[in-house]
Amino acid sequence: MRIAVLSGKGGTGKTLVSVNLAAVAQDAVYIDCDVEEPNGHLFFKPQHVQEERITRKVPVVDDTLCNGCRKCVDFCRFNALAYIKDRLIVFEEICHSCGGCVMLCPENALTERDKVIGKVHKGRSGSVRVHTGILNTGETSGVPIIKKLLAGIKGIPDSTVVIDCPPGSACIVMESIRDADYCILVAEPTLFGVHNLSMVYDLVKLFNKPFGVILNKCLEGENPAEAFCLERAIKILSHIPFRSDLGLLTSNAEIAVRKDEQYRALFSNLLDVVMKEVQCEATPHP
Amino acid sequence: MKIAIPVDEKDLRTNVCASFGRAAYFLIYETETKTSVFIDNSSLASPGGAGIKAAQTLIDNQVSALLTPRCGENAAKTLESAGIKIFKTTSVSVRENLADSRDGKLPLLEDIHAGFHGHGGD
Repeated sequence: MRIAVLSGKGGTGKTLVSVNLAAVAQDAVYIDCDVEEPNGHLFFKPQHVQEERITRKVPVVDDTLCNGCRKCVDFCRFNALAYIKDRLIVFEEICHSCGGCVMLCPENALTERDKVIGKVHKGRSGSVRVHTGILNTGETSGVPIIKKLLAGIKGIPDSTVVIDCPPGSACIVMESIRDADYCILVAEPTLFGVHNLSMVYDLVKLFNKPFGVILNKCLEGENPAEAFCLERAIKILSHIPFRSDLGLLTSNAEIAVRKDEQYRALFSNLLDVVMKEVQCEATPHP
Repeated sequence: MKIAIPVDEKDLRTNVCASFGRAAYFLIYETETKTSVFIDNSSLASPGGAGIKAAQTLIDNQVSALLTPRCGENAAKTLESAGIKIFKTTSVSVRENLADSRDGKLPLLEDIHAGFHGHGGD
C-alpha cells in the first residue's frame, strides 16, 4: 500500500504525519520526496546509510565541430543555448535535459554529459526503511531524484510505503503522487489553510486518486478546513490536537508514536482507517 | 553605436519597461544617425530563459549598450560575453535616458538579480 502525504504549503504537518505513520506500521518504507528540504531523517536517524548520486544529462559543445547554424538555439524552448561571438554557450541550470539539441545538431558538435544534481540516501530505523532524496542547492528541478526514489516501489507490495511529498501542487508533487494508492491531505484550521487545502484537493481530483484529509493543529472552536471538508463530503481521517507536548516531542526530533502511548494510539488508528479506505476504494473518489 | 532599451510600446514617448527579458519591444537607437527602430521581443512569452533569448536578440542586432532598470544574471552573462555594456536607467522616460546616456550620466547597472527561474512561469 502506497500512501502519499501532501499539503498546499509547508509547515502543515506532512512530515509529522508521514514519519509517525511509517513508525507505527510494522513493516514500512518512508520515502522523503521533499528533496529541497528533506527532514524526515532528522526523526528517524537512519543507520547503515548508503548513498547514490543522481545525475541528469546536459549538452556539451565541441567548438571545433560547431558551424554556428543555430538549430539548437532556435529549438530550445527554455533558451538554454545562446550563440555569441561565434561560440555556443550552454546554460546548464536552464536546461531541462530533453536531449533535443543533441539530436538536431547536424555537425554532431553536441554530446551529453552527466551532471550530478543530488543524491539518494537509503538507511534503516528499527523496522522502517528510510529513503531520502536530496537536491543540491541551486538546482531547479528535483523531479529526476523523485523518479529515482519512487522507481521500483510497486515491487514491494506487502510493506506500507509512506511518501512524504514536497509542499504545493506543482510538477514535483505530481511526480510524487503518481503511483500512490491513496493520498492524505494535511490541513491547518485557518482560512489560509483552506486555500492551500483546496489546491491539493484539486490536484488529487485531477489525478483521480482516492483521498482523505487530516485536520492538524486542531483547537476548540471554528475550523474552516473542517467546514471545507464537510461541505464537499470529503472523508476526514483524523483530528490531531494543537498541543505543546506534541510540539515539544517534534522540536526535539522525537517520533511521537515511539515516545507516547496516546499518540501511538492516534496514529495506529489513523493507519487502520487509511487501510480500510484503500480497501474500500476499489473505485476512485467521485 | 547602437543602444537598446526595453519598452512597453512602439513609440518614442513610451516608457522604459520594468523587465528586460519580458519587455514587449526593444527600441534600438543609432547614435550616429540619430535614428530609432523598434523590434519585437520574441522571448516575451518564452517558458524560460527569456533573458538569454532577449540578450541573443540584441547581440544579433549588433547593439553596443543596453539601458535597463534591471537585468538577470543569465542575461547579463550573455550580454557581457558579447561585450555589451549594461547601464541603469534613471527615469521611466525613454527620451531622458537617451539624453542622459549621450551626456554620460547613466551609471553602470551593478545590482544584477538572480532571476526568477520557475517562479510565475511554470
